[in-house]
Amino acid sequence: MFNFHVAIIGGGVIGSAIARELSKYKINVIVIEMGSDVASGASKANSGVVHSGINSAEFSLKARFCVEGNKMFQHLADELNLPLKWIGKLVIAKNDEEINKLECLKNVGIKNGVKGLKIIGGTELKKQEPHISCVSGLWVPTAGITLPYQLTIILAENSIENGVKFLLEAKVKDLKKKNDYFLIETNKGNFQSDIVINASGLNCREIVSMIEEPDFNVYPCRGEYLVLDKNYSSLINSMIYPVPVVEHGFLGIHITPTIEGNLLLGPSSEYINNPNDKKTTKEKMNIIFSEAKEIIPIISKKAVINAYAGIRCKLSPPGLYKQVDYIVEESKKTPGLINLLGIESPGLTAAPAIAIEVSNIVSKSIELKQKNKFKSKSNKRKRFSEMSTEEQSALIKEDNSWGRIVCRCEHVTEAEVIKALSNPLEAKTFSSVKYRCRAGMGRCQGGFCTQHIVRIMEKNFNLDIKNIKLKSPDSKLFYGRVRVEKGD
Amino acid sequence: MIEKSVDIAVIGGGPAGLASAISAKESGVKEVIIFDRNSWSGGILPQCIHDGFGVEETGLLMTGPEYAEKYIKMAEKIGVKLLNETTIISFNKKREINAVNKNGIYKIKAKAIVLAMGCREKTRWNVMIPGDRPSGIYTAGVAQALINLYNILPGRNVLILGSGDVGLIMARRLKLEGANILGVVEILPYPSGLPRNVVQCLDDYDIPLFLKHTITSIVGKGRLKQVTISQVNENLRPISGTEKRIECDTLLLSVGLNPENELSKVAGIKVDTRTGGPIVNQDFETTISGVFACGNCLQVYDNVDILSLDAKKAGESAAKFIYYQKNKKNIQLNMGQTFLNNIPGNGISYVIPQRISKFGDIQLTFRVKKPNELSNLCVSSNEKTIFEKELLCVNPAIMNKINISITKETAIKSLEVKLNDG
Repeated sequence: MFNFHVAIIGGGVIGSAIARELSKYKINVIVIEMGSDVASGASKANSGVVHSGINSAEFSLKARFCVEGNKMFQHLADELNLPLKWIGKLVIAKNDEEINKLECLKNVGIKNGVKGLKIIGGTELKKQEPHISCVSGLWVPTAGITLPYQLTIILAENSIENGVKFLLEAKVKDLKKKNDYFLIETNKGNFQSDIVINASGLNCREIVSMIEEPDFNVYPCRGEYLVLDKNYSSLINSMIYPVPVVEHGFLGIHITPTIEGNLLLGPSSEYINNPNDKKTTKEKMNIIFSEAKEIIPIISKKAVINAYAGIRCKLSPPGLYKQVDYIVEESKKTPGLINLLGIESPGLTAAPAIAIEVSNIVSKSIELKQKNKFKSKSNKRKRFSEMSTEEQSALIKEDNSWGRIVCRCEHVTEAEVIKALSNPLEAKTFSSVKYRCRAGMGRCQGGFCTQHIVRIMEKNFNLDIKNIKLKSPDSKLFYGRVRVEKGD
Repeated sequence: MIEKSVDIAVIGGGPAGLASAISAKESGVKEVIIFDRNSWSGGILPQCIHDGFGVEETGLLMTGPEYAEKYIKMAEKIGVKLLNETTIISFNKKREINAVNKNGIYKIKAKAIVLAMGCREKTRWNVMIPGDRPSGIYTAGVAQALINLYNILPGRNVLILGSGDVGLIMARRLKLEGANILGVVEILPYPSGLPRNVVQCLDDYDIPLFLKHTITSIVGKGRLKQVTISQVNENLRPISGTEKRIECDTLLLSVGLNPENELSKVAGIKVDTRTGGPIVNQDFETTISGVFACGNCLQVYDNVDILSLDAKKAGESAAKFIYYQKNKKNIQLNMGQTFLNNIPGNGISYVIPQRISKFGDIQLTFRVKKPNELSNLCVSSNEKTIFEKELLCVNPAIMNKINISITKETAIKSLEVKLNDG
């Protein structure tokens, strides 16, 4: 049996940010993740926005962690070479009534400590966003974009470099409190830990109920997205949001440029019963598209290259027309169990601030001594497609697999796929490759690179064809060989 | 950086690239290089192991690999250079090409360029099929490559969406490998593939064809488990109450092809939204002087035979272009000066060439929008009919070609190609 000081259940952006924060100290930490990779849940399926804090209720944890987290992002990006762009956000008003709402938003923002807010209109607005249909806009310069899955992966990988253990495809089956430690039973073995951090997102209630009667409910709320081809990236310069309708409990269907140059349309908002029901629906696809088209009239359905859904972990039931705050605290009934409940948007932005908060809670029961050799920096991961000709030539000379383009849409090389598959988490699914190097993420959605990636998985990593998975443990891609070949 | 100059650079080593390169070389061009990103030449042909290739062109019945081999051997014999595992990153109006392969980064100056990039399959998202996102959903062409080139079986209980030729051929192929084919689902009231393929790939194997049906739901958390199909009304909208649930582990999509023109667009070539390919004149020249287009990146062809014949003409034009440039003659090839635009009229989905820039006999290629037993085709200029023909059994799956004569008298303003009802 392995003993840990801290066990984190859930390898999403919150779990990974906490792992990275705790990896600064001389303690043993394990992250238990049931997916085949980190960022398997809400952390990969969101808008990728570093929020400013104008949308969270005054004095709430949401507002505090959002504003604090926002301020930490640039430093984090510098240290870890994270993709991050401060492109700003424009909340647009379509009529006079909505202009008043912009003023309200601006005031909440100012109270939450958001800087640089400004209402713009007329020629200034038209100059900034020529393709947008609106009368006025609230300019939020402190909003940015990142790649949510890469952020999570980089946080996790940096934690591993600093000694944290990550266990993938490990589902917690039971959690017991013994005298002064927890016993965690998983399908990958049993572990002991002094502290358990419940960062399991939508499963947070299930984890709590293993050990005590939960006094809260989780209401899964699905949000669907459409992804547009890169050809449309020049249509907007910043994120474009409608004025949020508070009663709807979400920010409304907005248009977000991604770091990679696609446009995201969405998300919808729909309470569902099954927290695993990540399906997309024709109805929402049509609504998202038509609402987005109201904002940017010239987009066309031909531009859609992908659609997906993420599930929000809400503590507010349908029909309750107000925000319910995050819960970030040690259980009163079970000391040592630190719960992170209802971490929905702006969870991505809040992650680094929540990590510090959790580290403070941990320090009350375990002495946290700084490591001498904490490796705070992670190497720059520059893509072949972003390099100068000189850089490209030099790399090809060194290793000619840099000269072999595997993914034609995104110009990803064989060397990058091999690197992606050699990740320290040992995640080896198709999605793991996709989220690390973008192969298969372009307009053909893997039509041309699937076979090349399979070949690399077989040849360089000795994976059996029957064990190659798309994303989750049960998502096998193939049924084996068609014919028995000589030597097979 | 490796700098190079070449007479003709052909982008893409599939059938169109090979045919155009061979004809250019045969027309006397000194150096013709074909660039291809794959480690093999022949493009999609090596994975098309069924027969039916080459009949119209040569009278010989060949498989895809055999047809490719014939062209590759001929190209090698006459001295066309094949540079494989080389990806073109971009090219510009000055016909400077950036490429990459294992030896490094290339900058290639070409006197003429022939575009032969082919096409790619539409994905699930291009046709916006909602539902779960499990594994087991492949485009038909990917499944074909997996089975025929890589010896990988993608699934056992298979449903196919779309009755395009690749979908039909894959139904038969998987059946022959022992898979259970649950049916082919087609939204239109008629199959979109060639009639002979419907007979030879479905009817002969008792594979059901669900016409006027579409997929309304996909279920499966890890691997695909179930697909729901529904009947559609005249507006192609699903009719509720007609849902049929089909248990399957694999869904193949054959929902259409998109010409690959990312390189063309970046270079500034104008693309026809109807064909998805570059706008060309009668010599297959695009809107950039000295850049020609052929094969499936120009328009999606029904079969390789007609594609190769057209590609040969594109190769000849590229050769002529170089010859006239060199000899400062610009008489016969009135490149760039369009005096006629071709417009698809009633019942016609597209016409190629979109522009005409010289007098004489011109071949027009077009597709009809709907199948019909008898239609009257009419080409008019300035509301005056200059060509008429009765067409028997027209079908959107079958490309039509006519030859018309363009003279000063017959061609004024634009040409309209249309079907007269009745």
